[in-house]
Parts: sequence; structure tokens; C-alpha cells
Amino acid sequence: MSTIHVSTTINGAPTDFVCEHDETLLDVLRNRIGLTGSKEGCSSGDCGACSVTVNGRLVCSCLVLGAEAQDAEVHTIEGMADGPTLHPLQKAFIEHAALQCGFCTPGILVAAEALLKEKPEPTDEEVRYWLAGNLCRCTGYDKIVRAVQAAAAEMRGV
Amino acid sequence: MTTDTKRNFKVVGTRPNRPDGVDKVTGRAMYGADATAPGMLWGKVLRSPHPHAEIVSIDTSEAMKLPGVQAVVTGADFGDPESLFVSDVQEHCMAKDRVYYDGHAVAAVAATSASTAAKALKLIKIVYKPLPHVTDVDAAFAHGAPVIMHHRAFEILPPGTSANATNFCEFGHGDLHEGFAKADLIVERSFRTAATHQGYIEPNACLASYSSDGRADLWCCTQGHYHVRDLCAQIMGMEAAQLRVTASEIGGGFGGKTSIYVEPVALMLSKKSGRPVKMVMSREEVFRATGPTISSSMDVKIGMTKDGRMTAGQAVIRASGGAWPSGTMEMGAQAAFACYDMPAVKTIGWNVLTNRPKESAYRAPGAPTAIFGVESVIDEMSQKLGLDPLEVRILNAADAGTLSSYGPTFNQIGLKATLEAAKNHPHYKAPLGPNQARGLSCGFWFNFGGNTSVSLAVNTDGTVNITEGNPDIGGSRASIGMMAAEELGIPFADVRTIIGDTASIGHNDTTDGSRVTFAVGLATIRAARDAIQKMCHRAAQIWDIDPDAVEWEDGAAKPSGPNAGQFPPMTIKEIAANAFRTGGPIAGHHEVNADGAGVSFGVHIADVEVDPETAHTLIKRYTVFQDAGKAVHPSYVEGQMQGGAVQGIGWALNEEYIYGADGRLQNAGFLDYRIPVASDLPMIDAVILEIPNPGHPYGVRGVGETGIVPPLAAVANAVTRAVGTRMTDLPISPPKIMAAKAAAGK
Amino acid sequence: MRYVAATTAEEASALLAAETGLAKVLGGGTDILVQMRAGMVEPALLVDIKKIPGLREIKSEAGGFRIGAGVSGAELMRHSAFATTWPGALEGFNLIGSTQVQGRATMAGNLCNASPAGDAVPGLVAAGATVRIQGPKGQRDCPIEDVPVSPGKTSLAKGEFITSIFLPAKPARTGDAYLRFIPRTEMDIAVASAGVCLTFDASGTCTAARVALGAVAPTVIVAHDAAKTLIGTKVDAAALDALQAAATALARPISDKRGTADYRRETVGVLARRAAQIAKTRAGA
Repeated sequence: MSTIHVSTTINGAPTDFVCEHDETLLDVLRNRIGLTGSKEGCSSGDCGACSVTVNGRLVCSCLVLGAEAQDAEVHTIEGMADGPTLHPLQKAFIEHAALQCGFCTPGILVAAEALLKEKPEPTDEEVRYWLAGNLCRCTGYDKIVRAVQAAAAEMRGV
Repeated sequence: MTTDTKRNFKVVGTRPNRPDGVDKVTGRAMYGADATAPGMLWGKVLRSPHPHAEIVSIDTSEAMKLPGVQAVVTGADFGDPESLFVSDVQEHCMAKDRVYYDGHAVAAVAATSASTAAKALKLIKIVYKPLPHVTDVDAAFAHGAPVIMHHRAFEILPPGTSANATNFCEFGHGDLHEGFAKADLIVERSFRTAATHQGYIEPNACLASYSSDGRADLWCCTQGHYHVRDLCAQIMGMEAAQLRVTASEIGGGFGGKTSIYVEPVALMLSKKSGRPVKMVMSREEVFRATGPTISSSMDVKIGMTKDGRMTAGQAVIRASGGAWPSGTMEMGAQAAFACYDMPAVKTIGWNVLTNRPKESAYRAPGAPTAIFGVESVIDEMSQKLGLDPLEVRILNAADAGTLSSYGPTFNQIGLKATLEAAKNHPHYKAPLGPNQARGLSCGFWFNFGGNTSVSLAVNTDGTVNITEGNPDIGGSRASIGMMAAEELGIPFADVRTIIGDTASIGHNDTTDGSRVTFAVGLATIRAARDAIQKMCHRAAQIWDIDPDAVEWEDGAAKPSGPNAGQFPPMTIKEIAANAFRTGGPIAGHHEVNADGAGVSFGVHIADVEVDPETAHTLIKRYTVFQDAGKAVHPSYVEGQMQGGAVQGIGWALNEEYIYGADGRLQNAGFLDYRIPVASDLPMIDAVILEIPNPGHPYGVRGVGETGIVPPLAAVANAVTRAVGTRMTDLPISPPKIMAAKAAAGK
Repeated sequence: MRYVAATTAEEASALLAAETGLAKVLGGGTDILVQMRAGMVEPALLVDIKKIPGLREIKSEAGGFRIGAGVSGAELMRHSAFATTWPGALEGFNLIGSTQVQGRATMAGNLCNASPAGDAVPGLVAAGATVRIQGPKGQRDCPIEDVPVSPGKTSLAKGEFITSIFLPAKPARTGDAYLRFIPRTEMDIAVASAGVCLTFDASGTCTAARVALGAVAPTVIVAHDAAKTLIGTKVDAAALDALQAAATALARPISDKRGTADYRRETVGVLARRAAQIAKTRAGA
């Protein structure tokens, strides 16, 4: 038995895949499903570029086995926009120049979305600590924090 | 060249959404590791566990027998490039008979899956004969150190030094002896700085496809695909035309993606296997085997009068760029005193070989460490003389007409204005809390211009496509498109900029030296002018008037005056619609080796708080002041200033390559190579100054690199003032602060 | 390698016991998957214990809390009764890694990783927590501090794994706290750490104290001699000074890439003192 068959839901769509027993969810998403929006920056849970949610919980997909996704609900950056309509966070990141190279951006957006679901009105400090596991080497984080706050305000209807 | 500083800009200076924004927030943008090809194999590299060893033998036979393995490559598969530079790069990508650092590539495998390739690496048997190693710059410079490459020593070595010293440089002017004699105070200090990594979040990755007819395609994340093509073509023994390199989206570079690592290996694996090969470095490989910056040790001596005027300055820099010769210390030696009007100045630089990976450029290479030493000594002298450190810098600041410490005489520069802005900013006078202190530093970077090709096509509907050849790392598609829209007098939305591959447009130098907004912008403006001239001709043809009597304004051709004829302006859309009837498609292009990049200065103010018991250092407030010449897209200019500052803060406080006594890198991961995280930082206030660069039509200066230069000293000076003892060894980690306080009896 | 999601504790234990190669437990995976990726361990079998009934539950028991071995940091921090009862033990656990890591990491995993610097451990030791272990021969309980025996090694026998961690009922006028030192503000491994749990009588005199020091010895130091400096005192400045000195004296650190031995010795004393002050405040004394 060299591979495992897994039935799961990815961005709302029932999805089946086979993977090796030690294959990470990140590798499954990128190399088997074709969802390359989740990025590999470290494969050790230190950079957050592979952030997804599994059953609503924010995790690093490099620290989850594909096999563990059986019966789970996985949400990735590719499921964030509502069709052609960007999520307020996605819009805010563009408008506030909160990305430079853009490589950490999918992970940060997924993480920020999870934050705002739990805390619609975070302080700057809460944003910074929540995102401490999402490394960005380009921006110095300033515009990222501002973009998250702008999106949060928009989502609160302020 | 005349700079149109009075110009009433319509697009330049605004903040439109970047054209690649949606792709990058939805996960659609394709980076180095995101491409696939039919029949693709996965390549992986076997790396040396020894810092220095002879390769006695390599046996790959068992690996080749593993089902799924399609090719194995070692140094024996590569030839000997004529150019010594290319030969060094090749040897760094794949060892031949010796390994020179922990992590040096010794073999590579291509297999049908990544896990099979990883298994195959374990079946390769290598016999090493370990050799003595040295990883510390001072130890490597000293007489008796293990010599890494005998045949690369500099022609004349000072007594007591080793043959590891490979490069030497000297800059300066004036009579040092006389200068120091005039000083009321002379301070001499030694400093050390650790090697740091660019820390881009995207690991190096590529997809190579070599066809049996001798043609090849290479997709990779790089700052310069033309440079990749030139290097790989020489290493592979190909003609440049047969290797097409496409730059993927790039997940950060900061200078670290200006060279090649796995690219020629992937090409060779593809050539041997006859199939496309994808290679993605792990984070550990990125740290162990791609270029960090130099590690350095330096001595700085400055003389000053009691009212703060510098009379003489001297710096001796010993830098190591790893196991191969490196000229980065030259830029440090040039930059060390570049901020100041020095009556007498001398800087000397040495490069020393160590058993470390080959250095790669890192944002303003050489400048941050050299300026750290100089700015620290200036701060100490200000303290000793009871002077305001900002006033001392204003008193000594270089200005238009100053003979720079590295040779040229400055024209219009912005240092004094930047210092004045810092002095007048509320931050400089804000009160400080307990255990807090304020530090400041100036910074400088040369900025590059360089070889650039831009092509601008006017579409039949009057919209415009620009093809340029520099990867967009931080919003350059936007700034280039904005300059084209500005010059053509059309909306930004009517312009789309793409990055061409090496076969689609002429040569472009690498995205480095903060050159893109300056040089590609300049070429784009001139390409637009070329197209404008052609469109004016078409209008003249339709109107049947002399082309010289047509001028361009607000996106339309119009007669230059009443005598030229009475015609309503003809818009770009009308001219484009008639193009096929007036001579065919319309395009502008420009090729240039751009000169006149215009130096850039910055001033940073850092407030820190140091825990008196644990020596934990927090940045409480931070402000960047920098001359951008003209900020094309101010948000992305601020972004460069903020990002550079934070990289410099990381360098000052926590980042370092840590080698054990065994010569192996101990912290090859983001866990222990500690780059700043979001919670470490306050907002980084960015104040843009605009002192136009006479070398650019809109006054633009490069802004990308200067920002990383001042933080090292700004933070060190602040910590020094907070703890009461001077911190001279970067990074200023808590154990070092505690030890320094203990040594000083504090 | 084989991945198996066990459905009962007995099945998991039997699988672990029967495997002739290296068999490891998969809880949150935040250590084991990193170690596998880095080639540090190559297990032949990974037994996922998160589908075992009860292992992702937090239950009240005998006035205390039984925390299933599969409970993540993100789950535990949202359990308000636990958070208000044992804030120090919770803070130590929650300091591990990022928000993402908290989404998966478990206390039992941190304990079994047996790092001298594990952030969850000193707080649990100070709180007097115990673990319940399932083995081929059934269940047994043991104190937290008896699980790690040296860096990377535990006292668990083949086939044994932790099913839950039990924090006892908190005595009246008791407070706990955990502090660690890291160079950044997040994402680092502790350079030195201290967990403190103090109980006071009605007059404000400390009647019981437990002090645990992390990252300053091969395993967490249960610092009885440091705790003694507080018992019978009002945990005033003089007592705190004595605690600091005692903690520093008890530390047996090494110098490594994360800090020097001298630095760790000094800092662990400071942290013990500061944690004791917080614990005292939390005890209402």
C-alpha cells in the first residue's frame, strides 16, 4: 500500500486524491490538485506562506499530512474571492500596496481572514501577533497591518 | 539632460492599483516553483556535510539503479568555462574535485517523483578527505590560516596575513596626517558584522527543458534572466540564442537572486534525461548554499574638532564573500564616508576567503556594514564632545560640489535636505521613556543605471503595451506603466506592461542597484517619445503638413501653432485607428546604457527600549527620511523605505550566520535565522523627499537600497545610548549586550 | 512509511507496540513532520491519535481539568474555565509557535518532544500536572516531570503514548505564571524560562510553591531549593531576590546558538522572579 486514497472538501468542492503516506497537505494541494496559491517557504511551520484552514482552524499546510484531510473541509487562497468579486482583504491589500513580491501574500490573506472571523475589530498589536507566523521580507509589515485594518473596517461596515 | 521638475505630473506621483495585484492576491501568479511541464522530472541535490574536503570518489551506480531515477549529474558532467568568473559560479553550483563549504553541491538526481529523487540521493556514495577549514574572517586573514585557494591570493600581501586575501582596494583624498593633526578628538574603534541572508521567502526554483536538438527553455525565479541566460549558456556550452530564459514572478530577491544555483544543474539533468526537470530548493538549502552577504571586520578612525567638524577619516575593511573572490568590499570602502565632506579620507578594503557559500549581493552590498562603523564612531564622538549628533552630521554633510570620498564630485544631492527634514520632524524631539534611547544614522547608495531595452507598441485601439526585461519584484510594472502613461498623456489604465523573456526583447541588465525605476523608466519615456514622434508624423501625413509643425499634448497630436494649419487635435486612438492606412503598425523603442542614476541618501531615527535585566531590545518608534528624486508611485517608494529599514533592523539585532567549530552552519532555517516578525515592530514612518536627479527626465532616483544602510548604526547607536556602553559587534543580541554591560561594570 | 489513524487508544498502543521499525505518534505534527522533512527521523509507522474518542476533549474532573492529548493550543485557549484557572500553564502552551502552529500543536506533543526548551512543560510542572499513559498493558499515570529524561528522549516504553494531561483542582489563593525569554517577540525557542505556582494563606504568607526552570538543563529543573526561598514569606522584595539568586544558582545551562550559559543563568533568575510576582498577583495575595 504505497498511497492512500483521501476524500475531502477543498474550497467547498468535494475532492478525492491519492497521496503518499508521508506527503504533506501542501504538496497535495500544489502538486496533485494544482492549487499552487499556497506557497512553500520553509516546510517547517516558520513562515506561514502555506497557510490554509482545515475545518475552520488556521494551520500551516506543510505541517499537515494529506492523509489527515480525510473528511475535512480545507480552505485555501483560491477559495477566498467570491467568483470575480475580491474579498475585502484582497482588495485592501492591492489598494494599500500591502504586497511587494506577493509571495507571502496568499498565506497572510488566509491568516488575516481567520483573524477577522474571530476578531472583527482587532488592535494593531493583535494583528501583529496573530500574523507573527507569516513572514514578509519586503514590506516591513507596516502596510500589511494597515490593509488588514482597512478591510476589517470595511467588513464591519464602518 | 534637462529634468522637467516644473512639470505638472498627471499620473506620476499618484497611487494606482498595481496591474499584477489581482493575480497576486488570488494565488494565480506563477512563481518559480509553480510551473509544470509534460513528462516533468523532479531534481534534487546532494550536498557536502564538510566545510572543506577533497572529493576522493563519487559512486552513483546504486542511485541510477533505483526505479524512477532518470539522470544523475556530478561535477564531471560540466566542462571548464573560459571565464574565471563563470568558472567560479559553476563550481559553486556543482563541486568538481573539492568542496569548499558545508552545503556545497556534489551531485544531483532527476527522478519521476520528488521522494524517489530524495531516496536516490541517499544511495550516492562519496568518499571525502576532510581538509582544515576556516569560517571566521579575521581568522582567515591571519597568517597560518588554512588556505582555501592558493592561486587566488592578491599580488602583494601585507606581513602577517594569509593567502586567503584575494581582493584589495583603496580610495580617498587629502592628507590624513595633516587632517588628524588638526583634530581635537580622535576616536578609533573596531567593528564586526555577521553575514546575513537576503531571506527572500520564495526558495530558489526552476524548470529546465533541454531538447535533443540543442535548444533549451528555462523558467526560473530570478532578478535577471538575461544574466541567467549568459551564465547558463556558457556553462552548458550553448549559444545564447538557443537558451530562452523566462523570469517567473519572483518571491523576493534583495540581490540574492542575481546569480544561479540550481539552474545549470537542472539544465544538465534535463539534457541527460531528455525530459523537463523541475528543481526547488528547500529552505535549508537556501541558507546553506545560496549567497548570504559578506561577514566583516573593520577599523575606523576619525578626527574631529571640538565643534564637530571632521578633519580626517580612515577605514580598513576586511570582508569575506565566502570561498571565492568577491569585490563587494570595494563598494563598502567607497560608501563608508560618502555621506560627508571630508578634508582627508582614506578607505582600504580586503576580501578574505572563508569556507562559506559564495556571497551574493544583498541590498546596497557592502554599504550597510561599512557605514555602520563610520556612523557609530561619529555618534561616539558627538557624545564625547557633548554635541547633537544630527547637528554634527549637518555640519559635515556632503553637498553639491563636494569631492566625494570615492572620487566623483557630487552634483545635485539631497543629504542636507534629508537631515534638515529629520531635524524638523516631531520624532527627533519626542520625549523618551525609561530605558529608552534614540539613535540615528545616515545612509548612502550609489544607484545603478545600465543596459536596458524597452519596446512600446501602440495597439490599433490606441492602448499601449510595453515590453521590458526586468522582473517586477515590488511594483515596477506599475511605475513603468505610469511613466509611459505620463509621457503619452493617456490614462494609466490604457497601458499594460509585461516582462518579456530573453528571446522577446534586447538585453537588460539584472534588476539590481536600484536601477529599474530609473533606467527602465528612462528607456520607457524615450520609447514613448519615439512613438510620439512617429504618431506626429502620421498626423502630419493625414493633415498633409510638415511633421515638424506637429506637437504632442495630452495624448493627442496637434498643429504646433496657427501657421501650421487649423486642425483639431488628433488623439492617439484616432492615429492608431488609421495606422494601417498611414504606413503600418506604430511602435516606439529605446535601447540605452543608462548613465546618471543619481546617488541617494537617507537618514533614519530609531527609538529603542532595552530591558535592563534581560537586555531584550524593542524598536519603539522608527522614522525613515529618504530622497527619492521623484516618487513615481509613492506607496511603493514608502514600501521600499519601510522594507529596507526592517531588513536593517533584523541585521542590527538578530540575524546572523552561525558556524560551529566543525565549520557547519548551525541555523539554516527561519527558526534560528531570526528575521523580524510582525510583532517585533512599530509602524515604520516614511518621509519621502524629492530632490530631482538631473540624470532622469522626471528626476527619478533609485530608492530600493539606501533604506537598508542606516538601520545598523541607528539601532546600534540607540542601544548604546540606552545601555551606556558602545555596541560594536552585530548582531546586538541580548547575550552580547549583557556581556558588554558586565565588562563595562554597568 | 505507513500512516494509520487509530480509532481506540488500545488499537494505537497495539500498533505502536507491534511495529518493528520506528513508530511515532502523530498528534499535532508540528514537531514530527518537521523532523521527518529534515531527515532527522524516518519512522516506519505514524499513528494518528486524533480520531480516538475523547482525545480532543477538555473535561472537568475532580475539580481539575483533563485535557485530551489531541487538544490543540487554539482549542485550549478558547476554554474559558481552564484559562481563568491555570493561566500560567496555558500561557506556556500558547507561546509555542505561531497562530498556525497553535492550530495543531498539543501539550502532550510538546512534552514528548522532550526539548529542554519546550514552553508547555515548566508551567505544567509548576501546576503539578500529571499525564495518563496508555500502554500495551493498560493505563498508568505519572508526574509531568518524569516524562522527559534527556533531550529528545522520554520515559515512555514501547507501545506507550500519552492520552491526556491532568491539571488538578487549584487550591484557594493560588496563582501560576510562566515567562520565557526569546530574542524576538514571537516564533523563537525559549533561551530560558520559568514556571511558578504559589499558594498563600489568608494572611498573605506563601504556604506552597513550585518553581520549574526551562532551557537551563537537559530537562526542566524542578527547583525545590528555589521554591523554598518563598515558602513562609510574603513573597516580598527580599524573598524575590532570594528566589532569583537561587534560580540562577540552580541553572546548569550550556552555550549554544540561542544564547550563552552566562546569559541563561542570569536571565532565568530574572524570569523566575518576574513570574513569581505575577503568580502572587494572580493568587490575590
